[in-house]
Amino acid sequence: MRSVSIIGAGLTTFGEHWEKSFRELIAEAGIQAIQDAGVSGGQIEAIYGGAMASGRFIGQEHIGALIADQLGLNPIPSVRLEAACASGGVALRNAYLAVASGMYDIVAVGGVEKMTEVSTEDAGFALGGAGDQETELFMGATFPALYALLARAHMEEFGTTEEQMAAVAVKNHKNAVNNPFAQYRREITIEDVMKSGYVASPLKLLDCSPITDGAAAVIIASSDVAKKVCENPVEILASEQASDSLALSKRKSLTELDATKVAVKQAYERTGLKAKDIDFAEVHDCFTINEILATEDLGFFKKGEGGKAVEKGKTALGGEIPVNTSGGLKAKGHPVGATGVAQAIEAYWQLRGAADKRQVKDAEYGLTHNVGGSGATAVVNIYRRLEK
Amino acid sequence: MTTGFPPLLWRRFPERYTLAGNKCETCGTSYFPARKVCPNCRRRGKLVDESMPRKGKIVSWTQCFVGPTGFEHETPYFVAIIELENKVRLLAQLVDSDEKKVKTGACVEKVFRKINDADKSGPIAYGYKFKIVG
Repeated sequence: MRSVSIIGAGLTTFGEHWEKSFRELIAEAGIQAIQDAGVSGGQIEAIYGGAMASGRFIGQEHIGALIADQLGLNPIPSVRLEAACASGGVALRNAYLAVASGMYDIVAVGGVEKMTEVSTEDAGFALGGAGDQETELFMGATFPALYALLARAHMEEFGTTEEQMAAVAVKNHKNAVNNPFAQYRREITIEDVMKSGYVASPLKLLDCSPITDGAAAVIIASSDVAKKVCENPVEILASEQASDSLALSKRKSLTELDATKVAVKQAYERTGLKAKDIDFAEVHDCFTINEILATEDLGFFKKGEGGKAVEKGKTALGGEIPVNTSGGLKAKGHPVGATGVAQAIEAYWQLRGAADKRQVKDAEYGLTHNVGGSGATAVVNIYRRLEK
Repeated sequence: MTTGFPPLLWRRFPERYTLAGNKCETCGTSYFPARKVCPNCRRRGKLVDESMPRKGKIVSWTQCFVGPTGFEHETPYFVAIIELENKVRLLAQLVDSDEKKVKTGACVEKVFRKINDADKSGPIAYGYKFKIVG
């Protein structure tokens, strides 16, 4: 396995892009990434794209070919990968594997979703495809309901409170104020969250990530090539993925996501790092409870302590382990197929010292955590600055 | 919405009407819905038909205030993860139950109900829901 690094990144703003189409978003992010990497389009050998439900959202499939065409990169091979909300993370991981294997030297990775062109009900049904349609969504479960079932179990087993979950949203909104790409660049209070009304008890509207349009792209290369073409590349030290049952009711435990635990264990083993070595993390806070689960399952806090940790500011910028400096899915926005790639971009910027007012001081190691559905897929990556 | 497509509903009648699942005779684990392979034993497994018990208890629950297509008119409604007496877990709606009695650990029993009629021109879907007993 060869060492692999990120050499360029491109991101659209996240939000409601009524004026831009799916293909314009992907082209905007992709072209930026190629320019940022300082390579020519002709040097790119393959494309890996992540999109979850473009067929349901805009009636378009065959996204691999669409991306290659829009970026003017025909005839190189281009493929779209789907793993629900982890589509972007899975696309990045497969691109990483292709470069690590020696098959390619320079590869483009994209993630995209255009979610605002359908009604909220239709968006809900499209996103429901991330769960078990036949046995759980069919019975009336929604995605907020699935995470609410996890939240209730965590509250009853560990005493986690609704205010602690609200603290996740408050922190992530505060971080998003300093992220020019974020959908919601405004602070909210615990009271705002508590008063926002139940979607699926105990989860309220402001515990939920929004419906978002956006695209993200990175260029990755073998680290030997990266050192030649890039001033300060960011190495992907590990990219690990794990699977679990599609149906939430079939999980071994409702207070953890086993796929996260398996993926991060492998990532720590591969890198020789421990949770305490990580300087910052972008985690999958599709619902606030999932950031609490993630900070425990990734090993930053003991099981059951995640709620208290966020309440005490341990995951805030300047805290013990800053989590979701970008604003996370909650406030940066969650264009599902783009999220995994956008998380990698935050890590890339943080490790290059380019995160401006949300910069984590002296960051050396970063981690990203991307979840599909209610935890049937998890991708965990670890990154570091590449010393030349 | 494709959940109202007749064969999709028809194929699931035994499962949704009578909680028909199966059991691996090698390791003794019950499965609902029925599986084609036992994840514990894989090719050493021997799966035989088994009906699930009708009773169980609530493991976790939520009250949905925003319903998906086909459930808009039912909000707010309860959804729970239920552990049946043979340890099999499934997700279902709770109906005909006193709201105050909806809590983790409460005993529930299977009832047969309409699930939804999302597709106005197609068949109505029926299946299991649960109600609190005792």
